[in-house]
Amino acid sequence: MERSKRQKQRKVLLMGRSGAGKSSMRSIIFSNYVAKDVRRLGATVDVEHSNIRFMGNLMLNLWDCGGQDSFVESYLSNQRSHVFTSVAVMIFVFDISSREAAADLLSFASTIRALYEFSPGSKIFVLIHKMDLVPADQKARVFQQKAIDVRTTCEDEGFQSQQVDFWATSIWDQSLYKAWTQVIYFLVPNASAIEDMLRRLADLLDARELILYERTTCLVVTHITRDAEQRNPYNDRFERISSILKTHKHSMAKHTGTMASEVSFAELQIKTGDFMFFITRLTENTNLAVVMPSDEASFNAARVNVQLARREFSHLDIVEKRGKDVQRQGKDGPALEEVRMADDGEASSSGRASDR
Amino acid sequence: MVSRKLDGFTPASQLTLMRYLQGLHEAEPPSSPNSQARYHTGRLPNGRHAGSKPRLMLMGQKRSGKSSISSVVFHKMPPSETLYLETTTAIQSRSLHSFMDFQVAELPGHLDYFNPEFDQASIFGDIGALIWVIDAQDEYLDAINQLNNTIIYLSTTYPAINIEIFVHKVDGLSEDYKNDTFRDIIQRVQDELSDAGYENPPVSFYQTSIYNHTIFEAISKVIQKLIPQLPALESLLNSLCSSCRIEKAFLFDIPSKIYVATDTSPTDTSSYEVCSDYIDVIVDLEEIYGWDRSVENGYSMEERDETGNGDSESLVTMEKKGHNYLYLKEINRYLALICLMGEDSPAEKKVLIDYNVGVFQEAIEKIFPRNDR
Repeated sequence: MERSKRQKQRKVLLMGRSGAGKSSMRSIIFSNYVAKDVRRLGATVDVEHSNIRFMGNLMLNLWDCGGQDSFVESYLSNQRSHVFTSVAVMIFVFDISSREAAADLLSFASTIRALYEFSPGSKIFVLIHKMDLVPADQKARVFQQKAIDVRTTCEDEGFQSQQVDFWATSIWDQSLYKAWTQVIYFLVPNASAIEDMLRRLADLLDARELILYERTTCLVVTHITRDAEQRNPYNDRFERISSILKTHKHSMAKHTGTMASEVSFAELQIKTGDFMFFITRLTENTNLAVVMPSDEASFNAARVNVQLARREFSHLDIVEKRGKDVQRQGKDGPALEEVRMADDGEASSSGRASDR
Repeated sequence: MVSRKLDGFTPASQLTLMRYLQGLHEAEPPSSPNSQARYHTGRLPNGRHAGSKPRLMLMGQKRSGKSSISSVVFHKMPPSETLYLETTTAIQSRSLHSFMDFQVAELPGHLDYFNPEFDQASIFGDIGALIWVIDAQDEYLDAINQLNNTIIYLSTTYPAINIEIFVHKVDGLSEDYKNDTFRDIIQRVQDELSDAGYENPPVSFYQTSIYNHTIFEAISKVIQKLIPQLPALESLLNSLCSSCRIEKAFLFDIPSKIYVATDTSPTDTSSYEVCSDYIDVIVDLEEIYGWDRSVENGYSMEERDETGNGDSESLVTMEKKGHNYLYLKEINRYLALICLMGEDSPAEKKVLIDYNVGVFQEAIEKIFPRNDR
């Protein structure tokens, strides 16, 4: 009981018609599948629950709901309140190549009607998926059209426009990571506190860019970009790096014969004539990527400083406000620690409102 | 007379053929018709550019996969796009400008080269290795016959050419079937050749597929046989490995991801794969952050002067003890040294590694002098 209070639970529903790509996305992001492995996945039967630990104190209850009509019927009728209560985020997946666009929209409408009934304050992320099947020159137009149709439906059902976000995705490129990063960013409770600390760190290191990644999923939590680097032509570089890191993990796992989830590097550094770059562990659940100018001395200084900064960041993982208290106590008083943290569970959610 | 013969070929091939034909009369004739060919370095008694730049020839039946191999390995085409390649109709000769300047010629599969119309000297005269591609998923008996005829023909005229047989498209086959087919092909070829009286032909067999790393490994081994400096490179890598306690070192050609040399400890596929994937990581990250900053006034000019050295270096350390870590150092624009290190901590050995790699780099400069690149 206390354990679940200590961690912030967020219920996330993943819904969409059968074959839209929900389970594939979920396996790539959270289960270390590579894009071509998803062919093995069969239709999801009823609901698949995953409890995913993210950033230490965030527990995502991901409900991957089977999209076949019979299951959807069941959610909307006899499981209605069970499924749609206390939802923080609904991720709805549309298959852009589907030939039943009208039926898809109807299904969507009835789903969000149920959502509005039980969780009217929830956020909806609409993913227009399988965009790789659309010819490049039509992508923007097709996406816009679909977004307009869906937005109209949402407004009809009572959701405000700021509650709904649209993303075009495909498992074959980094757009998948971009969309899910937004979902995660929305759910991470102390994102602005993290950003402040990172900004201070960036100034201290004189770094060009700092990117914070979640360890297992390689999703970007947040990033700080300073001065000159703003002109970097690759605006999607964060997702690209996510996808590069993920592939690297797989490659190392294959080589050492371990599971991709167990592979983690202590540090990756690259030094070239134009820039220097390193990624290292920042907290138990996050990695920090640092981009520095090409100067050996400041690069080594940066590495040392990040090591030292780890202590400061570690408390962001478990608790926010009473961080110092917990640290002082260390491992000696587990019972006391838990009680404090249970209090923090409530305190920090109100703290969050004031942060934002 | 020369120009009439060349009409059937594309302009690029024409130039090449012209060069061959013009140079042939300057070439040294073979010392004796039955001279023992020196297979190791592929030095051709007849070639004008003997020993300096590897030249490969891809042959095989039509639709066996020759153009796909050439595109994937030398022109960085993603394997899935090779479905859209059209049938090759004329002799294609492509150059790859890398540290070694490969030339890859591809003969369309449906032509008969023993027809007197074809100028065999111009086609076969200058190549170091002949790669014969057999489609393992198709009927291969006919291919084997053609192959054997070619080998027997070449054994008399151009005995120094290495014959490399790629048993291709093995990704779609089950493990057992793959091995059976492989063994069957080897058996048939060797039987036929020994029946024809050709003992110890310079023939090697490889299982390949463009959908994984096997094709790169096979081409790496083919190319290595054509590099005369290979023994020097190997001994350099060996001494590097023993002095720094490196488990495995590769000298990679970055654009094509073929490895030019490795140390003499046993090589397994997974080491090659992890190094090859690692190059991808580095190249991608370099692309993202190595963008042209010269638009900023004054900033980049100073920076560049300070650092000078444009070659990159990279290191990955793993969290758990007992897992290897990877070290990469660009030797020049095309070559990179990649080492799979043992279990010792990098911090202690970094100075040692830096010094030894520096020595290695100087040695490479001497082996491949600048004008040859």
